[in-house]
Amino acid sequence: METLATSTSWKLACRVEDTIANGGVCLKLEDQQIALFYFKRRNEWYATQNECPHKRQMILSRGMIGSLGDQPKVACPFHKKTFALDTGECISGDECAIKTYRVKIEDGLVYIALNN
Amino acid sequence: MKQKTIIIIGNGMVSHKFCEKIRKKDKVSKIVVFGEEPIRAYDRVHLTSYFSDKTLNQLYLAEQQWYAENDIELHLNNPVTAINRNKKSVISSKGLQLDYDFLVLATGSAAFVPPIPGVDKEGVFLYRTIQDLDLIKAYAIHAKKGAVIGGGLLGLEAAKALVDLGIEESTVIEFAPRLMPRQIDDSASRTLQTKLDNLRLTCLLQKSTSQVLGDDHITGLSFSDNTQIDVDILIISAGIKPRDELATACGLATGPRGGIIVDETMRTSDPAILAIGECALSNDMIYGLVAPGYEMAEVAACTICGEEKSFNGFDMSTKLKLMGVDVASFGDPFIAEPHARTILLDDAHKGVYKRLNISADGKRLLGGILVGEASSYNMLLQTVNNNMPIPADPEVLLLGEKNNSKPAGSGLESLPDSALICSCEGITKAQICDAVTNQGCDDFAGVSKCTKAGTGCAGCVPMVKDLIAHTMKQQGKYIRATICEHFNYSRQELYDLVKIHQLKSYDEVLDSVGKGDGCETCKPIVASILASLWNEMILGRGNDVVQDSNDRFLANIQRGGTYSVVPRVPGGEIHPDKLIVIGQVAKRYGLYTKITGGQRIDLFGAHLNDLPAIWEELIAAGFESGHAYGKALRTVKSCVGSTWCRFGLHDSVSFAIQIEERYRGLRSPHKLKSAVSGCVRECAEAQSKDFGIIATEKGWNLYVCGNGGSKPQHALLLASDIDSATCIQYIDRFLLFYIRTADPLTRTATWLNKMEGGIDYLRNVVVNDSLGMAETWEKEMQELVDAYECEWKVAVRDPEIRKRFVHFVNAPGEKDNTVRFETLRGQKKAADWNTLATH
Repeated sequence: METLATSTSWKLACRVEDTIANGGVCLKLEDQQIALFYFKRRNEWYATQNECPHKRQMILSRGMIGSLGDQPKVACPFHKKTFALDTGECISGDECAIKTYRVKIEDGLVYIALNN
Repeated sequence: MKQKTIIIIGNGMVSHKFCEKIRKKDKVSKIVVFGEEPIRAYDRVHLTSYFSDKTLNQLYLAEQQWYAENDIELHLNNPVTAINRNKKSVISSKGLQLDYDFLVLATGSAAFVPPIPGVDKEGVFLYRTIQDLDLIKAYAIHAKKGAVIGGGLLGLEAAKALVDLGIEESTVIEFAPRLMPRQIDDSASRTLQTKLDNLRLTCLLQKSTSQVLGDDHITGLSFSDNTQIDVDILIISAGIKPRDELATACGLATGPRGGIIVDETMRTSDPAILAIGECALSNDMIYGLVAPGYEMAEVAACTICGEEKSFNGFDMSTKLKLMGVDVASFGDPFIAEPHARTILLDDAHKGVYKRLNISADGKRLLGGILVGEASSYNMLLQTVNNNMPIPADPEVLLLGEKNNSKPAGSGLESLPDSALICSCEGITKAQICDAVTNQGCDDFAGVSKCTKAGTGCAGCVPMVKDLIAHTMKQQGKYIRATICEHFNYSRQELYDLVKIHQLKSYDEVLDSVGKGDGCETCKPIVASILASLWNEMILGRGNDVVQDSNDRFLANIQRGGTYSVVPRVPGGEIHPDKLIVIGQVAKRYGLYTKITGGQRIDLFGAHLNDLPAIWEELIAAGFESGHAYGKALRTVKSCVGSTWCRFGLHDSVSFAIQIEERYRGLRSPHKLKSAVSGCVRECAEAQSKDFGIIATEKGWNLYVCGNGGSKPQHALLLASDIDSATCIQYIDRFLLFYIRTADPLTRTATWLNKMEGGIDYLRNVVVNDSLGMAETWEKEMQELVDAYECEWKVAVRDPEIRKRFVHFVNAPGEKDNTVRFETLRGQKKAADWNTLATH
C-alpha cells in the first residue's frame, strides 16, 4: 500500500466551481473520458470511467446519482444500470463493472489519480 | 442409498424436469443423459418467441454449469442407437457403451409429415427444434407468401412465426372444418379466423393438400378440390408422432398408432425401463403438452426411488395468446345436450366468443371455450377442477369479469387449499399461501422463487399475484406503494406534503420528509411533483440534477449520446416559413429529420454542445419547446376539420391549437397525449388518447383515458355534446385529479383501470363535482397556465443553465469525439451500439 500511495500521480482535473452539486460532469484527462461526481450532502467526491459498459456509451457523467443504503451509486441514463461509485461494481444485477479513480480537493481544485 | 446408474435418453423439457426431480430425491446415483441435439435442454413452449424477442440464451432451461453442479453427465449430439435389455446397457452413436439400473426414455416426438408428393422440396420446413427455426429464419428472407399445413395449436404458432419474420401474406391449411379442432368448436374457430384475417392470415379449412408444386423449390400447393395457391415457404405442423423407434427395436410394447405403452407408474413392459413425455402412451393417450410431461417426470422419479405415486391422466385445459388473441379451452369444451347445457356469448362486434358447459342440473361447471377475452380462465378452470358450486344464474360467470364493481380476487377464498394453481409445477393454493404467510414472501418474484409457481408456461401468473394480494390482505398487511427507501410515502402522499409545506426544490423535500441521498427512482418523481405543482423552470433551484436525463438537457437522449429536438407544432399546423427554418437548422447542424407520430418533426443527432445554438435559431423563428422529453403534455393531434374537409362539423384544428397552447408544459405522472377530430370519422384518432375530443352536430364529445403503446386501450366517453368552454373545464378538472392521485409513471388508462367505480366514478367527480374540488382544480390549472414559460427560452438566456450544455467541463469547446454516425438513405443514423457493446 505504501508504494502504491507514493507512486500515485495526481492529475489536475478542473476547478470545484466547474463541477455540479449532487450531480456529475465529464472530464477529458489524457485522452480518457472521466466522470466526476460530487455528493454535496456528504461532501464526498467520486470519479469513474465515463463509459457505461453495457452498450459502451460515453454517458455515466449524465447519470443520476444517489444511494442504496449507505452506498453511493450512479444510474446510467440509457437503461438504468446502476453502479456503486466506491467499488465500481454493477448493483443492478449485471456482471460488468466500471473503473473508479481516487479524487482529492485542494485549494478549490479537483485532482484525480488515473493510475490506481 | 445404494448407488444406481440411471440413464435418460433425450434432453428435452421433460427430461430436464426429470433430472431436477430425481436429483432432489437421490443425491448418490449416477445420472447420465444422452441428447440428440447439439445444445442443452431449452424451452420448446416459447420457441416462437425465438423469432420475436428472445435469444437462445434466454430459452435454455439451465446454465451450462448446472449439470456439473448437480453431478449429471450430459452427452450432447450423441443419441443412443440401441438398447440391450438383457445386458441392461445402451450404446450411443459415438460408440459409448454404458450399463444401467434404470433407463428412462424421454425421446419426445417428431413432427408428423403427411405423405404429400413434393414435401422434400426446398422451402418446406418442420417446426420442432431450434435447428428448424434457424433454417426457416434463413430461408424466410426471400419469401413473400407463406403457408402452414395444420391449423392446430402448433400450426398457429408456426403461422405467428411467419408473421414475425415479416412474411407479408400467409395461409393456414387445415383438414378439419375448424381451427384447433381438439380445443375449440366451430363458432369459436370463426371468431378466431376473423381476428387472424386482420393480420393477413388466411385460413383454408376442410382442405386436403395433394401436391407441393415447384421444380427443386416450392412455388405453390395444390389441393384435392383442384384449387391451388402460390407459396414460397411452407411449414408442416400436422401433428406429432412419438419417437418410439428405440423402444420398438428392443421389443418394448408400443401402441398400434405409436407410443411406448406405460402403466400408471410410468414403467414400460420392461420394469427397468420407464418412458415419460410425448413418447409415452398412457391409457391410450399421448400427451403433447408440457404440464402432463412434468407430472410424468415426477411420477417416474418417485417410481425409481420406491415411492408410491401414479399418473392418472391429466387436465388438458389450455390458454394461450395467438397473435394477440386470447384462446382458452378448459374441462370438457365440447360436451352438449343432453349431458350438459351450454351458455353462449357470440359477440361478433368485439370479436369475443365464450361458451360455458354446465351440468344438466345447473349446479356445476363442466368446461368451456373462451376466444378474444379470457381473463376469467384461471377462475373458471379452478371451478371445474375443484367441482365448485356455481351461482344460480351462471351467466354471471360469462359476464362477471366485465363488471368493474367486482373486487379483484373474489372467489379466491372459496377455492379449496388443494386447488392446483400452477399445473406445470404442480403448485397448490395452500403452497402459495404458505409462502406468503410463513416464508415472508410478499410479491410474485419472491413466491415464484420459493415455490417455482409460474415458471413454466406462465399462464397462472395473474392468479398467483391475486392470491398473494388476497393472502396479504387477509393477514391485515397493508399493501402500500411507497416510492423508495428514501421516501416512505406513496406519490399522492408526497404530492400533498410538498404542497402543504410549499416545498420548491428536491433538496428541501429530501430534508423535510425524506432520508439518505435519494436515487434515480425518487428524484424524477419529486421533480415531476414540483413541476406539476408550481410549474417553475425545471432546471432551477438545483433541480436540474434530479431530472430524468431527457428533462435535464431538455432533449431526448438517443443512441450514441446525442439528442433529438422536437419543436412544438400546435395541432400539427405549420407555416411554410417555419418548415423552411426547420430544414435550414437541420442542414446547418447535420441532423436527421423524421415526421413523428404526433404531427411534428423530430431532428436527431444533435451534440449536447449544439443544443442551445439550435434552439436560439428555432426560437428566433417563433418555435418553442415541444416537451417531447418530458412526462408532460406532448401533442394535440388534429384532423383538418371544417375549414377544408367536406365532412368536418367544427374547426378541429383551431380547437386543437387552443387545447395544446393551454396545457403545453403541464407536467404529470406520465406523458399526456390528446387529439381533436372534426367529425365522427375520427381521423385524428382521439379515442386512443389520454383525452380526445370529437365533433358532433351539437358540440363536442369528450373521451378520456385511452392510450396506444404496448397495451392499447380505447378512451371512454366522459361527456357528450358539450360546448368548447365546458370541454376545457372538464379537461382542467380531469387532469388535476389525475396529476394529484396517479401513481408514478401511470398513464391515464391504467389509472382509470385501478379506480374503484371506474368511469362512472370519474364522471361523477369531473362532471357532477362529487368531491367538491372542481373550483379549486380550475383555479389551480389557471395558475399553471399563467405560469407557463418556454423552458428553452429561459435556458438559452440564462448563462448558468447554458454552461451545463457541454460534454467536457474542462474543455467546453470540444464535442464528444467518440460519437459515430453511419449513412442511411442520404441521411445519418447513430452507429449500431450492438457492435460496440460487450454483451
